[in-house]
Amino acid sequence: MRVLPVGDTALLVEVASGEEAQALHAELVRRRAEGSLTVREIVPAARTVLLDGLANPGGVAAGLRAAEVPPAPPQPETVVRIPVRYDGPDLADVAAHWGVSPHDVARIHAGTEFRVAFCGFAPGFGYLTGLPPRYHVPRRATPRTAVPAGAVALAGPYTGVYPRSSPGGWQLIGRTDAVLWDHTRVPAALLAPGTRVRFVPRAEVPAP
Amino acid sequence: MTDRALAVVRAGALTTVQDLGRPGHAHLGVPRSGALDAPAAALVNRLVGNRPGAAVLETTLTGCAVRPRSDVTVAVGGAPCAVTVDGRPAAWGAPVRVPAGALLEAGPARAGVRSYLGVCGGIAVEPVLGSRSTDLLSGLGPVPLTDGAVLPLGTPGGPPARVDAAPQPAPPAELVLRVTPGPRDDWFTGRALREFTSRTYRVSAASNRIGLRTEGPALERARSGELPSEGMVLGAVQVPPDGRPVVFLADHPTTGGYPVIAVVRSADLPAAAQAVPGTPVRFVAVRRR
Repeated sequence: MRVLPVGDTALLVEVASGEEAQALHAELVRRRAEGSLTVREIVPAARTVLLDGLANPGGVAAGLRAAEVPPAPPQPETVVRIPVRYDGPDLADVAAHWGVSPHDVARIHAGTEFRVAFCGFAPGFGYLTGLPPRYHVPRRATPRTAVPAGAVALAGPYTGVYPRSSPGGWQLIGRTDAVLWDHTRVPAALLAPGTRVRFVPRAEVPAP
Repeated sequence: MTDRALAVVRAGALTTVQDLGRPGHAHLGVPRSGALDAPAAALVNRLVGNRPGAAVLETTLTGCAVRPRSDVTVAVGGAPCAVTVDGRPAAWGAPVRVPAGALLEAGPARAGVRSYLGVCGGIAVEPVLGSRSTDLLSGLGPVPLTDGAVLPLGTPGGPPARVDAAPQPAPPAELVLRVTPGPRDDWFTGRALREFTSRTYRVSAASNRIGLRTEGPALERARSGELPSEGMVLGAVQVPPDGRPVVFLADHPTTGGYPVIAVVRSADLPAAAQAVPGTPVRFVAVRRR
């Protein structure tokens, strides 16, 4: 674990893997809940957890360097299920990249249990991990100027769902009517860090 | 409809509702947002007897004009500008009584970028996640003002301040930003680190509430490849592939993949919000406190 100071009130804790980042995030959230850590923001990411708004970052850094981070706690019981029509414009490209049929893309994707590693890009946009490395795909060479809300997409090791229409460079494999973000709902975000997620095929995918 | 409201007569180039922002939701991808020149927003609230968290209007370069439907006390601060009530000059940086139906205008900024218009009772649009701030990155909060829009006002709190004028810092002729290096300064060459804190940059016209973009020497990376996305703080100086530093302001993304060479002291960010395009910028390295 490497603890990097960020300005005067924040720390960036760098670990070796996404799994370690998830375990560290869970532990820091637990410490905040029990009152032993006072911090404004705890932001997990790919290999790091950011602590922002610390009164005494030096003391927290020393404590972190000395501490053992327990392995990630048991998975939450609940699994968020997101219905998907696998008919995205990049489905054939992803199938070619994986060396399978478009139907198999849907089968493999829907057969994977995902976990929200972190959020960013837009409120309610979760970076979901779970696909084995052989199914990781590059971003599109040219980003789209508009990706519709509900697009189910892949990039690098991640799966994501666009909460609202925005530009984007991910490979679009399907779409959902699920509402990823609704600020009038509690909680506003369907997907928060640590959430377990499964995609459920809604309809027949195009024949290979 | 209640007559505690403001009708927007001239929205200006970009006028938004801002308060103290919505911290605490960065892990969901929600920026902190809030007034860019927070001391100026706090001052106009004090002048009209509001609490510090009341929502105000933040203008951009061209000011705005509104017509209250009831008698209100207002105060305009931040970037200096002409203030008029039905065309007659009124005080800047002090409480001003505006009768119902009169036209209150905050003129174009004479210097600086963002003026703040505080109204007794505050702008009472519906809060989102505890804040009334417009977040331009993610589209949370009220949309930027448009001509003809009507904004509800809250119930007045205390009496307006008894002042003739309140001192406010002048917009910067040269922007000096104190920075602490890291967390990714090791992604840059020694030469780039020296250039970053010794050369003069200029504020780019592409700056906005998300970031203060700069023009100047491109900073050379010591390593290639991509940094996995990581959490970003207010004031982070991110260096995209073109090598020109971007200082993250209130609507900045909560995670990002470009290396952060240094972080600006939060006390210096209000001046960054008032630096017009072309203003010279110097980054000065300081010790961590």
